[in-house]
Amino acid sequence: MALPELHRFTLPNGLRVVLAPDTSAPVVGVSVHYDVGFRSEPEGRTGFAHLFEHLMFQGSESLEKLAHFRHVQSSGGTFNGSTHPDYTDYYEVLPSAALERALFLEADRMRAPKITQENLNNQIDVVKEEIRLNVLNRPYGGFPWILLPPVLFKTFPNAHNGYGDFTDLENATVEDCAAFFDTYYAPGNAVLTVAGDFTVEGATALVEKHFGDVPARTVPERPSFAEDAPKGEIRSEHTDPHAPFPAVAIGYRVPNPVTELDAYLAYLVLAGVLTDGDGSRLQQRLVHRDAIVTDINAGCGLFGPLEARDPDSFTITAIHAPDVSVERVIAALDEELQLIAEQPPTAEELAKVTARWASTMHREHDRLTNRTLGLGSAELLFGRAELIHELPERIAAVTVDEVAAAAKALRPDSRAVLIVNPVTAGGTE
Amino acid sequence: MSTLNLSLDPASRSSVSHRSAEEIGRTEQGPRPLPELGEQRAPADLSTVDTTIANGLRVVAVRRASVPMVEVRLRIPFADPATTSVGSQHSAWGEVLANTILTGTATRSRIAIDTELALVGSELDAVVDPERLSISGSVLATGLDTVLDVIRDVLTGATYPADEVDRERDRLVERIALARSQPNVIAREALQKHLYGDHPFAKEMPEADEVARVTRDEVAALHARAVLPKGSVLVLVGDIDPDAIVGTVESVLAGWTGEGTAVTISPLPEVTPGDVKLIHRPGAVQSQIRLAARAVERTDPKYPALQIANLVYGGFFSSRLVENIREDKGYTYSARSHPEFTPHGASLMIDADTASDVTAAALLETRYELARLGLVPPSADEVDVARRYAIGSLLTATSSQGGLASFLVSLAGLGLDLDWFVAHPERLAKVTVEEVAAAALEFFAPTAFTGVLVGDADELAPQLKALGGVTLP
Repeated sequence: MALPELHRFTLPNGLRVVLAPDTSAPVVGVSVHYDVGFRSEPEGRTGFAHLFEHLMFQGSESLEKLAHFRHVQSSGGTFNGSTHPDYTDYYEVLPSAALERALFLEADRMRAPKITQENLNNQIDVVKEEIRLNVLNRPYGGFPWILLPPVLFKTFPNAHNGYGDFTDLENATVEDCAAFFDTYYAPGNAVLTVAGDFTVEGATALVEKHFGDVPARTVPERPSFAEDAPKGEIRSEHTDPHAPFPAVAIGYRVPNPVTELDAYLAYLVLAGVLTDGDGSRLQQRLVHRDAIVTDINAGCGLFGPLEARDPDSFTITAIHAPDVSVERVIAALDEELQLIAEQPPTAEELAKVTARWASTMHREHDRLTNRTLGLGSAELLFGRAELIHELPERIAAVTVDEVAAAAKALRPDSRAVLIVNPVTAGGTE
Repeated sequence: MSTLNLSLDPASRSSVSHRSAEEIGRTEQGPRPLPELGEQRAPADLSTVDTTIANGLRVVAVRRASVPMVEVRLRIPFADPATTSVGSQHSAWGEVLANTILTGTATRSRIAIDTELALVGSELDAVVDPERLSISGSVLATGLDTVLDVIRDVLTGATYPADEVDRERDRLVERIALARSQPNVIAREALQKHLYGDHPFAKEMPEADEVARVTRDEVAALHARAVLPKGSVLVLVGDIDPDAIVGTVESVLAGWTGEGTAVTISPLPEVTPGDVKLIHRPGAVQSQIRLAARAVERTDPKYPALQIANLVYGGFFSSRLVENIREDKGYTYSARSHPEFTPHGASLMIDADTASDVTAAALLETRYELARLGLVPPSADEVDVARRYAIGSLLTATSSQGGLASFLVSLAGLGLDLDWFVAHPERLAKVTVEEVAAAALEFFAPTAFTGVLVGDADELAPQLKALGGVTLP
């Protein structure tokens, strides 16, 4: 299949623009990715990047509070934003008649967001409710994305809780918001993506009309967050008041996805060989043969693969019965990794993984929201929006020996082990 | 300190130059006008076939070739024929069946099934609920024949190997315990029980001891009598030729036969308005508010007006409930209302999760907005925003193969078809402000609702008692 059409240009103010026309349905997606995520928030302000994302919905020079939501929804559209380690994204997906409106809304808050004490207070409360919902009031809340990083990493940007603690959130000021916006939300620090039903000429004119006069500002130099891999096996235990069973997360470091993409993809394929489907190695061994875990998963990145720069992780998580020791789970896992390291997986095992990846990517791209966001994050992180279309082929090119080498590199003497204990051994019965 | 902290470190803040929030929020030009909407292009007509094949299976095939994939959704009505779930093992048998139907046939093992599917980029999943057994998945278009053959094989010849049944049964007990540790599951089970008592519809998950008793022979016997083509529907959406594929399905699945019709669930008892029942969850830092009332089916002439009234109440972000308890008061991250289509009827559901110290206040505002919807009915503007959202979001939600397949199969389960879907925007366009006001008054009266509230009763009781309309434990 021919690769989908893609156009890119940069406005004089530095804003990078990706256009991906596709007229198969009369809908359009617009997203803006800012090159700042929670790894860039300062000590004493954990959770600030995410809190600020909420504030970007609270009004701008031309839009009163609540107007953004109403204008998107009254155009028949949906919207959201999300905060990641290295970027923050905002999007709208709408019937194509609303393209100009979506561009206007994004341009207005890029140019002049209205940040007030009242809205800040309100959104601190909302974010605290979000954290209660997703972390504090449920079993395995923040497992492993909040709990594993402080074991796997040593430096604050990589190790801290991206949702933030309540004290830090409460200490956030309007002044902090102004500084954060001026520093990181410059047009030259962002990627605008438009995908769906439009003409390149028409969309280019609308982008220039609405974003052209957003003033250029200095773009901050992107810091390196690099740090050494763990020396030895670092362990940590966490007690979860709501969890019925113990759980374990084992974290390893992986090659830099931006500079060593093909090496990184070998780990992605390894994850599939290990846990994708009933025929995968760890499903067969730990779930069905030994029957010692209820569920097991492996994957790159704490939010999915290719969604952060270096340093990134490879994670295996399992929930197991209280009468099974965590040592037994880890020993079985180490045995299986060693088997792959010594005897590479078969060509058929790789063919299964690559075919499932191909269909996963097709399905992702068929959903306009995912396609728009995927193009935007690939352009921002890798400088190559087209990467999302090339991935199936690059994944298929990974060899059995590269997968064996990846398994060999997941060494017991350089990893993090997070153990989650229920309050009472024995769980609920 | 690293360079990271340059702009935000409190100690260095005074030395860093950035604009104030006030300066950031204004430009020389001032506020700009919102652009008008452009011309909306209509979606292309779908090439589709909707037919019932010889064995009684309804097949809906739709061509949408945006990616070289096919989405597969098979729904088999699978209700407990008993009138009460008390003493019935149906739910436990059904769960074990769904977890083992893809684990063996005369010619394929569990691993062989997974391998064959994986090699054509496919995944299939079987799940059961009180109404139906669903087998869903997707596949690269080139591998559709393989998927249809695996589906044929398990429908006509699943063997339920004893060792697979034993292992999945043990695992299911653990998974049920995991599910029941989730606050939203606790609230959902309590609500269904509160609304429908012992009706099989309320039993969304079996008890651990019921699952532990299930034998392989019981599961195989349930398959033989309940996995039936007549009354079931298969939806295929994707890069296919609908006419050709229906012929293929007809020949591949010809051997899937059975006596009688797949069992549809019996009508539910009417939702009785009443107090909200407080369920104690010790140590909870947040509460689940779950309210319900009677609504009407999609085919009811009042439905389009009810759909719009619901949007204005809590059905989307720009609703009165969300603007009040989230954007004004900060009581919640997630609040919403939505119709739920039940067998032979529908109910209106309201969900909100709120911190313990504001739970009573959030319930008060939730009720206030219910009353206000009837007494200060949605304005022409509010109706317009909701109407345009309803029409537009139907377009965006069904613009992918997966979205369209899931939407069509849920419509099919309600006895509706593509024509209903295609005509719905027109129905929404015709709804008047008066009809929305009438629906608001009829369906959203606070006295029409009942529900449950899950939270730490020790902390919540004094305020909820003062508020009233809540039964304390």
